[in-house]
Amino acid sequence: MADLIKIKQGLNIQMVGQAKEEYGRVSQSALIGFTPESFYGITPKPVAKVGDKVKVGSVLFIDKKNPDLKIVSPVSGELLAINRGERRKILDFVVQNDFKAEQAEIKPIDLNGSAEEVKSSLSDAGFLAFFKQRPYDVCIAPTDSPRAIFISAFDKAPLAPNLDFILKDEVSNFQAGINAISKIAPVYVGVEKGCSWAAQLQNATVTQFEGDYPASNVGVQINKVAPINRGEIVWTIAPQEVAIIGRFVNKGILDFTKIVAFCGENAATPAYYKVVMGSSVATIAKANVLEGRKLRYIAGNPLSGTQVSADAWLNPFVSQLTVLPEGDDTHELIGWIMPRFNKFSLNGSFLSGLCSCLRNKCKYSFDARVLGGERHMIMSGEYDKVFPMDIYPEYLIKAIISGNIERMEELGIYEVAPEDFAAAEFVCSSKVELQKIVREGLDMLRKEMC
Amino acid sequence: MNALRNLLDKIKPTFSEGGKLSMFRSVFDGFETFLFVPNSTSKSGAHIHDAVDSKRIMIMVVIALMPALLFGMYNVGYQHYLSIGQHEVTSFFEIFFYGLLAVLPKIIVTYLVGLGIEFTVAQFKGEEIHEGFLVTGIILPMIVPVDCPLWILALATAFAVIFAKEIFGGTGMNIFNVALIARAFLFFAYPSKMSGDSVWIRTDSTFGIGEGAVVDGFTGATPLGQVAVSTGSEAQITDALGNASSIWDAVIGLVPGSIGETSVIAIALGAILLLVTRIASWKVMLSIFASGALTAFLFNIAGLDNPVANLPWYYHLSLGGFAFGAVFMATDPVTSARTETGKWIYGILIGFMAIVIRVLNPGYPEGMMLAILLMNGLAPAIDYFVVQRNVSMRAKRAKIQK
Repeated sequence: MADLIKIKQGLNIQMVGQAKEEYGRVSQSALIGFTPESFYGITPKPVAKVGDKVKVGSVLFIDKKNPDLKIVSPVSGELLAINRGERRKILDFVVQNDFKAEQAEIKPIDLNGSAEEVKSSLSDAGFLAFFKQRPYDVCIAPTDSPRAIFISAFDKAPLAPNLDFILKDEVSNFQAGINAISKIAPVYVGVEKGCSWAAQLQNATVTQFEGDYPASNVGVQINKVAPINRGEIVWTIAPQEVAIIGRFVNKGILDFTKIVAFCGENAATPAYYKVVMGSSVATIAKANVLEGRKLRYIAGNPLSGTQVSADAWLNPFVSQLTVLPEGDDTHELIGWIMPRFNKFSLNGSFLSGLCSCLRNKCKYSFDARVLGGERHMIMSGEYDKVFPMDIYPEYLIKAIISGNIERMEELGIYEVAPEDFAAAEFVCSSKVELQKIVREGLDMLRKEMC
Repeated sequence: MNALRNLLDKIKPTFSEGGKLSMFRSVFDGFETFLFVPNSTSKSGAHIHDAVDSKRIMIMVVIALMPALLFGMYNVGYQHYLSIGQHEVTSFFEIFFYGLLAVLPKIIVTYLVGLGIEFTVAQFKGEEIHEGFLVTGIILPMIVPVDCPLWILALATAFAVIFAKEIFGGTGMNIFNVALIARAFLFFAYPSKMSGDSVWIRTDSTFGIGEGAVVDGFTGATPLGQVAVSTGSEAQITDALGNASSIWDAVIGLVPGSIGETSVIAIALGAILLLVTRIASWKVMLSIFASGALTAFLFNIAGLDNPVANLPWYYHLSLGGFAFGAVFMATDPVTSARTETGKWIYGILIGFMAIVIRVLNPGYPEGMMLAILLMNGLAPAIDYFVVQRNVSMRAKRAKIQK
């Protein structure tokens, strides 16, 4: 049986609007789009020209520095537009879907080939863009030889999709995907304790985890299983993307369909939706939200996702689309003294903070308000309670704020991604923007190192 | 509530940038966020947030201080009427009212001076007003003798807020506890107003209330002061009339001392609130009391034959500012050690130092203030070594891998 790692630190936020475990009706959109921002760290260089006919697997653009990092079209049709913004910065690539799903000719992945051969096959099929690397939490450089590849096959974020439900029909594809990528580096899969299908997995080291969010963050799992040292590179990939690779291995066709959980207080029919990568937010959310208040659409979970507009392209790598009320129309009177029984807090000045059973049983309403002014860090030890890594988060943040690169390295910045600080940012009573700070720190370091 | 909101929305443009009264923007903002939870939404990172903010935390500390403050007011009245020999004929409310009148001006003065500086600095820097002074402003009147003149208190407040806090960058950036710096300033700049036998009990009338002549045989020294100056090997602690005091007088708090520090029971009530809400660190509190008790006990049995060393350990914990300092001042998260391991070390050293200063330095009968200030200064060093262990663990791991 796989090893079990128990994680004490973390928090369990029960929110209103969990997706029901059923598939919602969705009409696939005729337009598919990618913004280069979804591929953090790359400089896009268009390959296809506007007006070109594209097939499933035709290259749309590549990374200027790493030409083997190809982003391919998930549908067949025509490249409709490459929209540019200020200083000709590419905003997005838009493809008209002809719904014929014509496949480009991509040579199959040879599972008996060398690491380089497998890598090159994955590159041709556009699969290398699915990976991210630590350190820096950016797209990979295909020339690197990673020490390991980590997959987290469960999600404990608020309103997160049940990956067991998503993967239940895809286990053979997931396995095939692992078989392929395990040629590049040893694969580690983190599953939740009691996962039914994990025991059969081969070609991967399976570790069971027990604990609240962020135990499901791949960064936490790396830190617990085999922490990253300076100079090492670890790749990460999400389970649905592994299954997409596996479909190609098993059936020889490129199928970029994935399942996205639509959730949140203002989702009219919170459920799971099958969409093609690159679909717009509107594909799922249009006429499917409870109107009446200003809404916030979040690609990903409410803690580490990114805000998107209702007509934006959905980041192809998220498995969750959350809709919450913005909340700027709410004015709570003298919040510093009112009991506020219906509020979620880990602090003991709230009922929910005093009684963890209440916190775990009740579902809480949230909006996007910060609920306080930003201050210097005042309380100590707040972050430690929700930060399971062997790192002093407060000191790392201070090193980043002061721009002290050497100290950042010493304190373990190579092991973290902004999302690992999401829970700490949630609980911070000084309302410090931790994820933004970590992102800036990683960018600063990357600029210095590369 | 809606009317209030509408009023604020109406006058807000006047105070916003470009408005007529934009020079009071921070003040307006301070009042607005005091009345309503800010409705600003997250711009980056997490989209949802915990409902707690620093305002609520600071207010919880202020509430936790209330039992000690209210009891302190009563005790000021009680000591006064005791010293004029009328404590048995005066009603509870009169006694409390006398104390209220004596203490209230101090609170008003510290808040006016401190908040005035805070508001000015916030406006000058274009920042929001920080809530830290809410706590400092209530602690400060509680740790001075009742007869400390208001102008000296105002001076100390201004000194501490400017030199112990604002020049470091405001709440959260200061190294030393602001209220303690104010007290230390008073202690060293105006020793005659901060120590001795004449400042701890107000014998005069206050606003015309409580007139009377001091009884014969009156002594106004604090129990610790009496112990420090007593000769022989055992100290005899008495109240203002010369009757022997028991440990229970100290636990209940009916002894002379700084306004808020005398009652162990009232302080314990505050400690319970701070611990239940998890705003103060139980590690710091526990380690201070444990190490203070142990150090005092070791002096008891060490054979050092003077009254302070022979004072039983439970007296040490109940008298003077020990309990108040341990519960409300050492636990200040900004100036305390910030790592969990560091908190144990920090607390143990405070308890130890406080008793050592009391016993070995007869010039300072009250060791708690100096012990906490000393450890405030050393807390970053403690944390540095704790964090450095993590750093060297990581460096070692990298070496093994290679």
